[in-house]
Amino acid sequence: MKRILAFLLCVCALWGLGVTASAEEGVTINVYNWGEYIANGTDDSMDVNAEFTRRTGIGVNYTTFDSNESLYSKLAGGGADYDIIIPSDYMVSKLINEGRLAPLNFDNIPNYEYIDEQFRDPNYDPGSVYSVPYTWGVVGMFYNKQYVEEPDSWEALWDDEYAGKILMFDNPRDAFAIALFRLGMDVNTTNPDDWDEAAQLLKGQKPLVQAYVMDQIFDKMESGEAWLAPYYAGDAAILVENSDDIGFVVPKEGTNFFVDAMCIPATSQHKAEAEAYINFLCDPEVAGANMDYVGYSTPETAAREYLSPEVAESPIFYPDEETLRNTQIFVNLPQEVSSLVDKLWAEVKMGGPGESAVLVAIILGFLAVYVAIIVYKRRKRKKEME
Amino acid sequence: MKKTGGRIYTFLVFLFLYAPILVLIVFSFNDTETASRTVWSGFSLKWYEKLFEDRLILEALRNTLLIAVIAAAASTVLGTVAAIGINSMKRLPQRIMMNITNFPMVNPEIVTGVSLMLLFVFAVGLFGGRSLGMGSLITAHITFCLPYVILSVLPKLRQMDPNLYEAAQDLGCPPVQAFFKVVLPEILPGVVTGMIMAFTLSIDDFVISYFTSGTTQTLPIYIYSMTRKRVSPEINALSTVLFAVVMALLIVINVRQSRAQKAAKEDA
Repeated sequence: MKRILAFLLCVCALWGLGVTASAEEGVTINVYNWGEYIANGTDDSMDVNAEFTRRTGIGVNYTTFDSNESLYSKLAGGGADYDIIIPSDYMVSKLINEGRLAPLNFDNIPNYEYIDEQFRDPNYDPGSVYSVPYTWGVVGMFYNKQYVEEPDSWEALWDDEYAGKILMFDNPRDAFAIALFRLGMDVNTTNPDDWDEAAQLLKGQKPLVQAYVMDQIFDKMESGEAWLAPYYAGDAAILVENSDDIGFVVPKEGTNFFVDAMCIPATSQHKAEAEAYINFLCDPEVAGANMDYVGYSTPETAAREYLSPEVAESPIFYPDEETLRNTQIFVNLPQEVSSLVDKLWAEVKMGGPGESAVLVAIILGFLAVYVAIIVYKRRKRKKEME
Repeated sequence: MKKTGGRIYTFLVFLFLYAPILVLIVFSFNDTETASRTVWSGFSLKWYEKLFEDRLILEALRNTLLIAVIAAAASTVLGTVAAIGINSMKRLPQRIMMNITNFPMVNPEIVTGVSLMLLFVFAVGLFGGRSLGMGSLITAHITFCLPYVILSVLPKLRQMDPNLYEAAQDLGCPPVQAFFKVVLPEILPGVVTGMIMAFTLSIDDFVISYFTSGTTQTLPIYIYSMTRKRVSPEINALSTVLFAVVMALLIVINVRQSRAQKAAKEDA
């Protein structure tokens, strides 16, 4: 009995420890960011969170997510109390529309002055009220120079010659954007016909596509298993750096320009501290050190001085103005359009209703075989009994 | 002939089971600049070095281990007590209780996860808390570990001679002492197996943790969040370490069991 009591006490004490430890250290802000999206002190980089705590005394509880949608479900589900989140453009506009973000007090973010003019007043956050850009980039096409001649158009992804060697995005928004660019349409179109047309294009492309993937493109491109793949420039630039065979182009039809931006949820209890964190990340020196590790592009020209010249002048990270003028940024789609897109995407990936009939046939076939085996066994047993 | 065929089959099954783990372990020693997971370019320990420098991974690991230890310990105590209670029930209530116990095991994890989250969000709101975290994670883990502990303790209780406990009391043992001196040693193998199972289940869990974690991050959640970029070979290194730990645990269980069986044979 005593032992059980002692044990239970231990458990309670441990439990209590977890709760009180964070309370005693003063203010701790909860930061929710993409995975692998901040310099963490390995490879001689700056440990950004530790540096922030050292300078301000504010603790950072840093956690990570894998997609805008999982960030949204965490935020909408309740039960999680974040002070800083870093969603992408269209998710920012969705969160603003739903009133889930707090307007920022720019008096606490003096370093906002370093943000370049072109990133202010974006269409996902008119007037820059709720968000401060963290990183940006464009989507481009990676190709293997040994097998593919430098493509200049998204049409290369529909070229029979490369059948089975083409990779595609495994998320509806990015995949449809490529089809829409090829058709010369607006990526934020609310006309269902446009989306239908894009879906037709993607369905036609499906037989040529080796796989719908996200991070696997690194392995597949590197090993030569695939020759052509669209991806985010910042993530995949490492491919070009490390292999002479792999090239990068931004197709002439234009491309998606994306921004991940720092926001404060409306539920935050430590808004001033969160603004201090945003301000800290906007410090050109910190932003430079951070981007040096993360490998994305910084929205601050001043921060580029802290990057190595190869990166600061690379057309992958910092495309020229002409390319940038030809880009479009995602904004949130109305509910009915986004469910249409989800439905069309499911059709593209799984095939239309025709293919589900095949699936049903296969399952019925299995059932028939199963029943046959049972019947056969029963008969056999009966015979043996006789 | 039949024997070689059987051996080849067994070999293939094991190959299928262990080849992915083997590849994972081999590539944790890969000396590559690009963090490649498919191209081998020499032996190095650098991912292990990086792993132990990476504060975020280590923090996630610490959370995972802390939760696993507490959840395993608590569910073992609760589960053992529950098993004793169930064992002494009459037939019908016993069957009802067993069905209730088994239900969370056959219930899809995602359903358990979402419903626990809804419950916790409601409860946290009720008591004026702001966020889920360590507490809700531990509670959730205890919940899904419990049935496994009960299931591994019950058979041991059934094997035990019910008269032993009464005999101990006849000889002047108070009930609590009789439990610790007579019953517990008899069912200990089941208790230990249950505890280790709870521990490994808790370390593995992603789905339920994902919904109940609030602002706390466990290792599986951290690894999953890397998938927009690439999963770093640090994770290979960490998985190798964890694989070694789990393997060691399983070997300990098996050795214990075979020893217990031997001892039982010798007694008989």
